[in-house]
Amino acid sequence: MAVEHPVTAPSGDQTRIHNIGYRSYDGPRLGRAYATRSLYSQSLRGAYGLGRSVKSKVLPMLLFVVMCVPAAIMVAVAVATKADELPVDYTRYAIIMQAVISLYVASQAPQSVSRDLRFKTVPLYFSRPIETADYVRAKFAALASALFVLTAAPLLVLYIGALLAKLDFADQTKGFAQGLVSVALLSLLFAGLGLVIASVTPRRGFGIAAVIAVLTISYGAVSTLQAIADAQNSTGSIPWIGLFSPVTLIDGVQSAFLGSTSAFPGGIGPSNGEGVVYVLVVLGLIAASYGLLMRRYRRVGL
Amino acid sequence: MYDPTVARLTYRALLGRRRALILSALPLLLIAISVVVRGLAGADDQTASDLLGGLALATMVPIIGVIAGTGAIGPEIDDGSVVYLLSKPLKRPTIIFTKLIVAVAVTMVFSALPTLIAGFILNGNGQQIAVAYTVAALVSSIAYAAVFLLLGTVSRHAVVFGLVYALVWEALFGSLVPGARTLSVQQWSLAVAHKVAGGDLVTSDVGLTTATVLLVVVTVLATWYAGQKLRALTLAGEE
Repeated sequence: MAVEHPVTAPSGDQTRIHNIGYRSYDGPRLGRAYATRSLYSQSLRGAYGLGRSVKSKVLPMLLFVVMCVPAAIMVAVAVATKADELPVDYTRYAIIMQAVISLYVASQAPQSVSRDLRFKTVPLYFSRPIETADYVRAKFAALASALFVLTAAPLLVLYIGALLAKLDFADQTKGFAQGLVSVALLSLLFAGLGLVIASVTPRRGFGIAAVIAVLTISYGAVSTLQAIADAQNSTGSIPWIGLFSPVTLIDGVQSAFLGSTSAFPGGIGPSNGEGVVYVLVVLGLIAASYGLLMRRYRRVGL
Repeated sequence: MYDPTVARLTYRALLGRRRALILSALPLLLIAISVVVRGLAGADDQTASDLLGGLALATMVPIIGVIAGTGAIGPEIDDGSVVYLLSKPLKRPTIIFTKLIVAVAVTMVFSALPTLIAGFILNGNGQQIAVAYTVAALVSSIAYAAVFLLLGTVSRHAVVFGLVYALVWEALFGSLVPGARTLSVQQWSLAVAHKVAGGDLVTSDVGLTTATVLLVVVTVLATWYAGQKLRALTLAGEE
């Protein structure tokens, strides 16, 4: 192929680097806020398996259905029997279904952050305009929103059903609002804890087990200790023991301020003073998990 | 049937780095709670039985079993490094059997041993409660490890399904639907514990014969099928 090209003598201004038409981008640059919003919406969709494979839709959708079906059954029963109130308070519902909520957090928190760590995509995110705080906020907000959807949907079913059954409007609206506040707190708390634990390990399986262990074992331990304290008649210590597990924390907050009956043994919820401590601990935990996540992502895998 | 190298690698995968520390957090918590309860309530057989049955056998053993059982094979299949193991001249059932032995050993050490210690702290083995629950934990360790090892070879979401079985089926359905208890590793092991303790504190809904037969059948079948799954393993890409 060594063909000698005849070297034509360059003549005048005809020599130039060939222009093949590259252009610089001069459209709008959407910037940091847009990138954060995209990360948020992608993570939120991912938490329900939308935009992912069919297999990864199964579990979140199944848990969502499992959350809503009992509410639908309760409503159906209430309508059919013409009851004058729902069989379960709005605030109680999430406490009863805590196993499902825990499983959801355990399966979706590692899905949200562990894979980024394992496939080393986090540095790619940070090569975009977003910063640590944006990444953490987007992931935190996405998981909390996903949890809120999961926990608020059955309440909505209950509320609509209650209105259809012609229960007292003001009473039901108040209960519904209280329930929403409680599940919002629960979503933030669970999302924070789940993400902090999941962000430590790049192994998805280990993250799932760790999250579920923290949520269920702490609940098991706390409720066992409370039952023993109740049997020993040291009722004063019951509320203080309840501070050590996420579920009992939410239970304590709502029985102190949101007018629900406590699931603590003997039905002894925290008093208002103790309730303040509960609220402070919940808010403190949420803030602490945000802080820990910020710390975790200050330097990632470079 | 047992390959020391595979065993060593599996031990390293399960307990290497800081994982042993994290795994031992649960047993330590159980022992700490037993100390607190002993301090609060004194030695009481009913309390000891409730705590060991509710916390140790119903929650801790399955969770450790899930971690050890699926962790013995799941991550390897997940990141594809299992092909290096499969390409060695080892029988696939041998690999499964070795991994099962390791998973059983880890589950026993991290769940049955603390159960025994907690039992002695709680009531000094009064009415054989500590020993009974330890036997239950030992027996269920084997069955859980086998079942969850099988799950690890079948599904990429083994941990979730394992936890769904342990928490939703055994705990939730088991308390609501009596029939679900017949198909529960926990109840089978309680039947064995009932035989050991003899009294009324440790009870099971399943007869001893049924329980033993089911335990053996489930363990053997799960191990055999896991070997079969591994013989024809297809490596799927990340979803």
